[in-house]
Amino acid sequence: MTAEDDPHEAIAAYVLNALPPAEEAAFENHLAGCSTCTEEITAFREVVAELAAAQSAPVPQHIRTTTLKAITHIHQESAPRPPRTAGRRRPALVLAASITAAALLAGTTAWQYTEAEHARTQAAQARGSSQALTDLLVAPDVTVHTAKLTDGARAAVTVSRGQGKAVFAAQGLPAPDEGKTYELWYAFTTGDLHPAGLVSGDARHAPHLLKGPLNKAVAVGITLEPASGSKQPTSKPLGIIPITL
Amino acid sequence: MLHRSGPEARAEDLLARAGRGDKDAFAGVFDIFSPVVMGLACRILRDPAQAEEVTQDVMIEIWRTADRYVPERGSAKAWVLTLAHRRAVDRVRAAQAGMEREQRARTLLPEGAFDVVAEVVEHHDEQRRVYRCLASLSRSQRVPLVLAYYQGLTYLEVAHALSAPVGTVKSRMRAALRQLRACMEAGR
Repeated sequence: MTAEDDPHEAIAAYVLNALPPAEEAAFENHLAGCSTCTEEITAFREVVAELAAAQSAPVPQHIRTTTLKAITHIHQESAPRPPRTAGRRRPALVLAASITAAALLAGTTAWQYTEAEHARTQAAQARGSSQALTDLLVAPDVTVHTAKLTDGARAAVTVSRGQGKAVFAAQGLPAPDEGKTYELWYAFTTGDLHPAGLVSGDARHAPHLLKGPLNKAVAVGITLEPASGSKQPTSKPLGIIPITL
Repeated sequence: MLHRSGPEARAEDLLARAGRGDKDAFAGVFDIFSPVVMGLACRILRDPAQAEEVTQDVMIEIWRTADRYVPERGSAKAWVLTLAHRRAVDRVRAAQAGMEREQRARTLLPEGAFDVVAEVVEHHDEQRRVYRCLASLSRSQRVPLVLAYYQGLTYLEVAHALSAPVGTVKSRMRAALRQLRACMEAGR
């Protein structure tokens, strides 16, 4: 592995907010499974804060007055527990968030069971569609992983490691805007994100066999992309579904 | 990093109280941090009017999300300035195209205007320590760090501005922060 392939080389650029969006999302994805990263990031943030704190400028009194007045009308967010990394303002394609979500789900929920059945039924009904899809759903090692998406939709990913394949199904996914499509992603602990196929607006209620090999993917993400799809995500993920147990 | 004392502990306490809706505590948070947020925003945006807007946005965001601050994960200062830096960088990227920022970086480089060390006239001990540590970095480490942090360039833009390989720039940034960290911890 060369230095350029090592995701840890991106730590400083990440703390400096110097990663382009796709790389930032990929790095945050890696971050979730990397405790040494978290430690180094925390330390770097302290160092970088000193760079900022070394210079201050007077704040006009009217800014103070306006701000203190404004907050009386601004609703505070209560922290999700456990909270996210300090200062980050969005989840991006972050496994940390997804792992937290998975922990909160604490195993197989009733919904998960129902949804798995739903996915199987739906898939089984999709006669004439890919034989591979049916094969997957009846594989002996099949596991089902579920998550809520940001827009309130629910998603389930059915995985067979033995077959190296996965199926995505969602409920309540809104129609994408004109010229947009949903795109699925395989996420790896290395921080890599591989496109795993498009879900067009018309077909959003049907299960989708993910494109490309599953390999050691640890999560499946979904984003909105231009109709032709993207090589790397260009928007905030609507959700992340961890597919490790 | 835990067991902070004095002003740092006070800032944390105020931030925690602000997170629970205490407006007086938030006024304290504002007074402690808004000048450094403003300083950073001025430096990145080079426009006081925009810096004021960013400062106000950042302080309001702090009020809104203060409950997320977890002392175990770092100081209140780091939390606030992480948020502030992000906002300022987002703003400068939206306002100025990458080419423009790179161009400015390139024209300013020969005069060493980015060697913040040279800009220092007089400062208190804390600031002197930061600048002394920055000065201890090799130029090849310091310049990418400063371009990214104070100019809001991505590492790709830094590489382009310096005509350096992208992988090298990334590694130098990490080496720079590691050395800076060692220097600051040694000076405590």
